[in-house]
Amino acid sequence: METLLQQIVNGLVVGSVYALVALGYTMVYGILGLINFAHGEVVMVGALTALQTLLFLMGVAPDMAPLLKLAIAVLVAVPVCMILGFLMERLAYRRLRGAPRLAPLITAIGMSFLLQTLAMIIWGRNYHTFPQLISTDPLQPIDGVFITPVQIAIVIISALMMAGLILLVTKTRLGRAMRATAENHRVASLMGVDTNAIIALTFVIGAGLAAVAGVMFASNYGIAHYAMGFMPGLKAFTAAVLGGIGNLGGAMLGGIVLGLVEAVGAGYIETMTFGFLNSSYQDIFAFVILGIVLIFRPTGLLGERVSDRA
Amino acid sequence: MNELVEAIPFLGKRYPKATKWLIIILAAVAPLIAAYFGRSWMRILDFALLYMMLALGLNLVVGFAGLLDLGYIAFYAVGAYTWAFLASPHFGIHMPFWIVLPLGAAFAALAGIMLGFPVLRLRGDYLAIVTLGFGEIVRIFMNNLNHPINITNGPQGINALDSLNLFGWNLSQSIKIGDFQIHYLYLYYYFFLLCVIGSIIFIKRLQISRVGRAWAAMRDDELAAKAIGINTRNMKLLAFALGATFGGVAGGLFGSFQGFVSPESFSLMESIAVLTMVVFGGMGNIAGAVVGALALTALPEILRNIALPVQQAVFGTVILDPEVLRMLLLSLAMILMMLLRPAGLVPAHARYSRPELLKGGA
Repeated sequence: METLLQQIVNGLVVGSVYALVALGYTMVYGILGLINFAHGEVVMVGALTALQTLLFLMGVAPDMAPLLKLAIAVLVAVPVCMILGFLMERLAYRRLRGAPRLAPLITAIGMSFLLQTLAMIIWGRNYHTFPQLISTDPLQPIDGVFITPVQIAIVIISALMMAGLILLVTKTRLGRAMRATAENHRVASLMGVDTNAIIALTFVIGAGLAAVAGVMFASNYGIAHYAMGFMPGLKAFTAAVLGGIGNLGGAMLGGIVLGLVEAVGAGYIETMTFGFLNSSYQDIFAFVILGIVLIFRPTGLLGERVSDRA
Repeated sequence: MNELVEAIPFLGKRYPKATKWLIIILAAVAPLIAAYFGRSWMRILDFALLYMMLALGLNLVVGFAGLLDLGYIAFYAVGAYTWAFLASPHFGIHMPFWIVLPLGAAFAALAGIMLGFPVLRLRGDYLAIVTLGFGEIVRIFMNNLNHPINITNGPQGINALDSLNLFGWNLSQSIKIGDFQIHYLYLYYYFFLLCVIGSIIFIKRLQISRVGRAWAAMRDDELAAKAIGINTRNMKLLAFALGATFGGVAGGLFGSFQGFVSPESFSLMESIAVLTMVVFGGMGNIAGAVVGALALTALPEILRNIALPVQQAVFGTVILDPEVLRMLLLSLAMILMMLLRPAGLVPAHARYSRPELLKGGA
């Protein structure tokens, strides 16, 4: 029982980070029908930029309050990632709008590997320790179930950001323009929406969320390296599909569900398969879920829009 | 062949016959030229031929049938591991190549069909992710199936694979004729060359056959293809199975040539590398796959030989190591090709290709 509860806690924490990343995928997919493969790499850039800032701050002002340092690091990482997201859209994807369907996807894959390579050049191949500025001393709300303050912060901050995004999309003029663009580019632009700006903005918002998610990942595991974004990126994509791609609420639900399934699955896979498979197979869950969802319910848990653009 | 000839600027159009012969002669003497620069170049040439087979097979799936497969290297792995299981001291089984190679191809084809069935209904971009997941799953299993029963020997891989033995003629031993010695890398080169030529002929026939035309129709407009009576399900499965077969054969040859397999050789990066070769050369085009594979195997090596000394001289230290250079080159090739020349280096003949690709994307 304690194992189960513990794994649920872990799953919720990881799941809320997946959800943040999944939002970026789902927003871009909802508007452009493009899987932005390089989105996971934005997570990585966010984490490494924050790391660089932290190291700099520690050198310059070692006495600064740790939380302030972290806040500054996030405030640096977010704009950097936003610029990156903007540049990706402007330099590559925009020019491929309306091209044959494989072209943007192949470009996105190339972009993903380009970013990884550049990060490898800048930060090297090694794993970097990410300073843990929020306490990682585990609290014990229930006997035998541990949760660290970092994890609590992750869950709360991602919940706040998601709420903010929902408000932005449903309540503001900008949000209405985004939804209109997702519905139909041409009609939206006829109604006076600057669709190019909206699409660029979508990338920028997604990248901003990814930057925060990157810092969360790095703080949770205490490490950062050039390839750290790829797997979470794929899993977040799975989460977006699981929830129903193009659907914001779906992305959040999908993220949490995926996090839970993965954590609980990893905890029990050894007993379930009589010791044949162990937790090193954890990464398989996301792909298996993805396959099952796409075969039996391609619209996802909450998806209503069947995007059949063949 | 003619496509290749036409693709060579100036010379190809003017003297098609002469260019054709030039290519044939170049292919025949290539290892001699490579040997002049050193053994490692001959090895690279052999690998280029293996990559050609892979690119040809992937081109079948991506270029002809329009199914973006990001887990293609998994089939290569299946072929290589089949060789490792059935022809190495690992299990103590030493079967001859004419059993192992077809078996590897068959297993790979089976894997292709197994992958194909669930993903049949998926559209292009979902398909890409699921195939990527498939490739990763295969790699994760290779990495971890050393426990509790040791099947794949985990990340260490399997050593001392049998070399290619053509009915008693061992390709990994140099031949001596009098004082003249033929190094084994030559033997492998010509054997692989034969395999590649065989593949090209087979794929060429396939392309202009009923199946090839059905694939092209399906790729260009699936709905219309269905409407005119093409069984798109079977056609997709066939594309996966045939593409996988090439991967499986190439994998077996790789195992025998390298004498060693480990999960590291079958990473996602390799899938992407093969895809880049296809994209770089020109999707849906045999000559494109060949040129792409040759260019993208040779270029990183050439860069390695040029860039390293230059960096040493300029900065006094090596900043970009060869592996980074290769990744940089591949990813840039992929992006720039899509942006600037989406039809590839050697655009497919109008007869076989999508008109909108030739117009140049956007």
